[in-house]
Amino acid sequence: MLEIKNLHAGVEGRQILKGIHLSIQPGEVHAVMGPNGSGKSTLAQLLAGRAGYTITAGEVLYEGQDLLDMDPEERARAGVFLAFQYPVEIPGVNTTYFLRTAVNAMRKHRGQAPLDAVKFLSLMREKIKLLELDESLLKRSVNEGFSGGEKKRAEILQMALLEPRLAVLDETDSGLDIDALKVVARGVNRLKTPQTAQLVITHYQRLLDHIIPDYVHVLHDGCIVKSGGKELALELEERGYDWIVKSPLQTA
Amino acid sequence: MSSTADTIDRFVRQEYKWGFYTDIETDTIPAGLSEDTVRFISAKKQEPEWLLEWRLKAYRHWLKMQEPHWPQVKYGPIDYQAIRYYSAPKKKGDGPKSLDEVDPKLLETYEKLGIPLHERARLAGVAVDAVFDSESIGTTHKEELAKQGVIFGSISEAVREHPDLVRRYLGSVVPYTDNFFATLNSAVFSDGSFAYIPKGVRCPMELSTYFRINAAGTGQFERTLIVAEEGASVSYLEGCTAPKRDENQLHAAVVELVALDRADIKYSTVQNWYPGDAEGRGGIYNFVTKRGLCKGAHSKISWTQVETGSAITWKYPSVILRGDHSVGEFYSVALANLAQQADTGTKMVHLGRNTRSTVIAKGISAGRGQNSYRGLVQVGKHAAGARNFTQCDSLLIGDRCGAHTFPYIEVKNPTARLEHEATTSKIGEDQIFYCNARGIETQDAVNMIVNGFCKEVFKELPMEFAMEAQKLLSVSLEGSVG
Ligand SMILES: Nc1ncnc2c1ncn2[C@@H]1O[C@H](COP(=O)(O)OP(=O)(O)OP(=O)(O)O)[C@@H](O)[C@H]1O
Ligand SMILES: [Mg+2]
Repeated sequence: MLEIKNLHAGVEGRQILKGIHLSIQPGEVHAVMGPNGSGKSTLAQLLAGRAGYTITAGEVLYEGQDLLDMDPEERARAGVFLAFQYPVEIPGVNTTYFLRTAVNAMRKHRGQAPLDAVKFLSLMREKIKLLELDESLLKRSVNEGFSGGEKKRAEILQMALLEPRLAVLDETDSGLDIDALKVVARGVNRLKTPQTAQLVITHYQRLLDHIIPDYVHVLHDGCIVKSGGKELALELEERGYDWIVKSPLQTA
Repeated sequence: MSSTADTIDRFVRQEYKWGFYTDIETDTIPAGLSEDTVRFISAKKQEPEWLLEWRLKAYRHWLKMQEPHWPQVKYGPIDYQAIRYYSAPKKKGDGPKSLDEVDPKLLETYEKLGIPLHERARLAGVAVDAVFDSESIGTTHKEELAKQGVIFGSISEAVREHPDLVRRYLGSVVPYTDNFFATLNSAVFSDGSFAYIPKGVRCPMELSTYFRINAAGTGQFERTLIVAEEGASVSYLEGCTAPKRDENQLHAAVVELVALDRADIKYSTVQNWYPGDAEGRGGIYNFVTKRGLCKGAHSKISWTQVETGSAITWKYPSVILRGDHSVGEFYSVALANLAQQADTGTKMVHLGRNTRSTVIAKGISAGRGQNSYRGLVQVGKHAAGARNFTQCDSLLIGDRCGAHTFPYIEVKNPTARLEHEATTSKIGEDQIFYCNARGIETQDAVNMIVNGFCKEVFKELPMEFAMEAQKLLSVSLEGSVG
């Protein structure tokens, strides 16, 4: 489903990703962990199509297509979703209206008729119930004045509405209390089918108690320096990153 | 930050869709301005002596005035002798008796602009006065309005048919000595609309004037006067477009509104004069004086404007709140894209007791556009209990444009309460990317953000106009990002 080969990327003369290899098959959950500044968000944003990065080598294939060649909105419509580490506030734009516009953009792409306000509202009600989200948030401007946790839950609501095939979650668990964490995990797990995949970026093992990864990767200084099963996350929690980074076996 | 500049700063504006020219025989005078020009226009309109005298007084006064340069706008000198002050479509014989006898080319022009005037196709709930260059070519729904005593039509006609009314109110809100451009207008105004709503009448339909500049080298100087008697109410709409040309054309209009006791006037404008190109070539100089007088107690005047066109916009629709408990409102969206410059805002002058005013001004700057809000709130010493709320927001798209605010406050009564809020925000690359990442195209994202920004103003417009304004804004911003 997603094939990242030897990806090198950076900004204005600064190399951030230094040769990423990652292969994700449908039905899999991958976790990416790694110290601050190792390039996790850069990877996530690159997959979603953020401009401003220079790609110096490598390629990314999504369902056989050259992902890096697609516009961000094309990627979204093709089923790639990024839950932002820092969701963006859009003052003046009503959240419900924003969500409906997004859902209808997807529907249009799939040749479906747009949902009118009434139909959309009932769809949204169904989803917010699952996510235990306060409906009054949806009457406010997109993310404006939302608490940290509300923003993260709103991201998951968007994901639930857009039903992506590949969901990339960038630290969606950071700043969540334990109940919210479970709600978010439930939202993610609901999306899990043999046709979909998830790439979960996190610093904490506790999320992975609820979203069970098939693979855990450690990103350090722009490279995946270690990969393993879900036990790796436990080991990282206990021992930190130093032992991997300093390991003589690891080569760049 | 270079990526922001790269993606947001690529400005290619969509073609101005109203930029065509109608090839029609005209009755035009040579360029130049003198007493003879004033006399010529007055004679052409078969005006009474008092009006000619008034025009001449204005002209003589104007000769002593200096063109103002305090607005935050830049333009080369205007040669007032190079402008033609009168141009009208040539009439055959006595001219058309009804709209259906008007030259088909003119009707076609309005049709193309989306304003059908024919009996068959005309808009049902709106009476339209169609002004083409210096002359009104006709007004729809006149008879229906007359049944309720509502007078609506061109001001030239009103001068002939209702001279007492015109004489009583013309210049009563904007005197001929008011300011350089208003004084020039008083001397040479050619046409415009006149509306009179009698006592207690709620005008049964929207009134509207559509101004079209067509001829090259001419200026347009229209004059609009609306009077609402005691307890009367009216909603009036104004629209305008002009052909695409490399030269600048001067549009110096005057609008006067008079509201008597408990009268209510709502005046909405969607201004879409040709804005010029991205290099700042061509476009209309829109130098306009608009003022309303809340003369009676409990009267209300509300201005709503959506300013998308013109190379330069320089106007401050104002309300003089003389009647006790009178209410003034100003809702504005001003866009400066390309190389457009806008210096616009309002004056709320509180004279009566317990007068209230609300100002909501939204400025959008894109391209190399420069947008200034300039607003004055004045509270006189007898205006006990006066209230004003002003909110003034700027939205920037890209980083070569500018937004400026110049609020002025003069308070002479200690019981007055004034509130002022101002914000500046920018459509950032991160907002656009966030929308893109949800499948929303860049242009749609910009429109969504801009509409969200403007919604408090749009909701003040009559329904069809609000949609029109939204569309216009999105067309005017097409290609402004990405
Ligand atoms: N646009 C940019 N300009 C300059 N430096 C950047 C830019 N984007 C990312 N970086 C740098 O690249 C490095 C990786 O950043 P990134 O956000 O990908 O880290 P991360 O692994 O997500 O960290 P965290 O765990 O703190 O979220 C950081 O040192 C960051 O400062
Ligand atoms: Mg990060």
